[in-house]
Amino acid sequence: MKADASRGLGWRAKLINPVLDKEIRLRLRSPRAMWTLFFYLLAIGLIAFAAIYLTQILSGSGASYNPQQSRILFYFLAMAQLGLVAFMAPGLTAGVISVEREKQTLNLLLTTQQSSTTIIVSKLASSLSFMVLIVISTIPVYSMVFLYGGVSPKQLALVFLFYLFMMVMLGSFGIFFSTVLKRTMISVISTYGVTLFIFVGTGILYFVVMNVVDNYLNSQGAVSAAKASSYQWVGHIIAWNPVAALYSILDPTVSDELFRAGRYNTSPTKGAPMPLWLEFMIIYTVLSAAAIWMSIRKLRPRLNRRS
Amino acid sequence: MNTQLIEEREAEAPMIEIRGLAKSFGSFHALKGIDLTIPKGTVFGFVGPNGAGKSTTMLILSTLLAPSAGYAKVGGFDVTKHPHEVRKRIGYMPDFFGVYDQFKTLEYLHFYGASYGIPKAEREALIPQLLELVNLSDKKDAYVDSLSRGMKQRLCLARCLVHDPDLLILDEPASGLDPRARIEMREILKELKAMGKTIIISSHILPELAEMVDEIGVIEHGQMVAVGNVADIQSRLRVKRFLHIRLLDRLEEAENFLRERPHVNRLLRDERGLQIHFGGDDAEQAELLGSLMSAGFRVVSFSEAQTNLEDVFLEITKGGGVDE
Repeated sequence: MKADASRGLGWRAKLINPVLDKEIRLRLRSPRAMWTLFFYLLAIGLIAFAAIYLTQILSGSGASYNPQQSRILFYFLAMAQLGLVAFMAPGLTAGVISVEREKQTLNLLLTTQQSSTTIIVSKLASSLSFMVLIVISTIPVYSMVFLYGGVSPKQLALVFLFYLFMMVMLGSFGIFFSTVLKRTMISVISTYGVTLFIFVGTGILYFVVMNVVDNYLNSQGAVSAAKASSYQWVGHIIAWNPVAALYSILDPTVSDELFRAGRYNTSPTKGAPMPLWLEFMIIYTVLSAAAIWMSIRKLRPRLNRRS
Repeated sequence: MNTQLIEEREAEAPMIEIRGLAKSFGSFHALKGIDLTIPKGTVFGFVGPNGAGKSTTMLILSTLLAPSAGYAKVGGFDVTKHPHEVRKRIGYMPDFFGVYDQFKTLEYLHFYGASYGIPKAEREALIPQLLELVNLSDKKDAYVDSLSRGMKQRLCLARCLVHDPDLLILDEPASGLDPRARIEMREILKELKAMGKTIIISSHILPELAEMVDEIGVIEHGQMVAVGNVADIQSRLRVKRFLHIRLLDRLEEAENFLRERPHVNRLLRDERGLQIHFGGDDAEQAELLGSLMSAGFRVVSFSEAQTNLEDVFLEITKGGGVDE
């Protein structure tokens, strides 16, 4: 009898499979890991100090620091960290398969007993664990916010969960491109392109479409405007944007505001059909799952389909 | 699939069974319906010029490429229907491969051993033996990055063996190696043959492997042009033998005389005498010698040169093929 993948494996071996073990070991052994962590912390630290300095200068309050300013600092840090996650996640995942292909190690891996699912999920998990390590290492920076009050630990936890979701989402897109595209460079460019569209493109699209619809309602007059629904469908466009989604976690009233029908909808109770971040998560959970599923399907050739 | 069924299938089937195997990449037909059967325990030399279809066949056998038509079975398991079973039975070494540079030699083998589901305790016992087999015991704690090309080739061979496969698929295992490393690789392959492994090996240095290859298969333009043991193929060649004749004098006259004789396909003259590509059999060869003597030529020696695998390969792949 030949080796069987499930033979004699304990729960630890099942949880930390060879591919995951290899990925984590090799990633942390490279000097790049240390430098990535260093520059990330340097960037977030500089941003935090710059934010404190600017807040104090602009408010003119000198040495004192009130909870409102602390909240603004938290928002600022949260958004900055989101930007850094968006910058880091594609870089850490867009080459995980294509680099193996370019280094000619992929075929050797594919002839082992490891399933395509194990390989893809392990690669995603290892990238994710490194990103989580980096993001967790920034928690001391947030301690500055707690020093002055204004933000609850629950809010902080929610924001970090949102980062985790963003990492999974961008990581799955990165792995998808890395699997279907042969070259790492093309894969990295494609992943950053999609990330840019998600962050900037969806925002621009929202404002353009919102203005077009507003102008249309304006030209139709008050009667048509009154017939307009209590919220605008264009709000669903901004639900694709992670900045808006994060902002809706920090300030829940944002969801309603972004869905209101501009100048015609003055109802204070009507707005978003659901919180913006929730819609965002539903959309991207589906897309991320599709990206991972496609990656698993495309990793090995489809042997039972004749070409 | 249950264990008894697997064992029955393995026991009955040849190690490799290929029928009508074809592979196309767009309009390019890499394989045009090849047939091949390799029994268990055979060392099979796969020969052919670059682009003939050797690597494509090996990739299909390794479950890394889907065939366009036909089928390939390893140990009775179709590579497209039971790739998981096939992977358990093969050790694949591609012509070009990379290694994880930041692994140490031991870690590298442990990783692949774990990837084949071998428990750690078993790996701890097995891996030192593998390193011993490929003469890398003293490099067990060295980073893979620091190994020479020859050492990396041997490490890759150890990786192929980590799950004790029945079949080794070695695509140009000696390419890029210096003569010493080639000899070391050949010695390891001899040991593997002695261990009863079935080996399919493609190489451009097939003459060096002549003593260990049981059978050869010659592939050209995606078609098998000859399969069999070396002696069989030689005997089936249209140009069957190379004769070397030394004369005391009248060399030019003899050259003209021989050109007129039957079965003399090609004649070359050098400082040592005449070389003839002779298409006849033993009787016709004796007649040729008799005619030379009758014509009064003073023959110093009349001998048949040993045909090596490279000659066979060149003869077959120059487009003539063999007489069926």
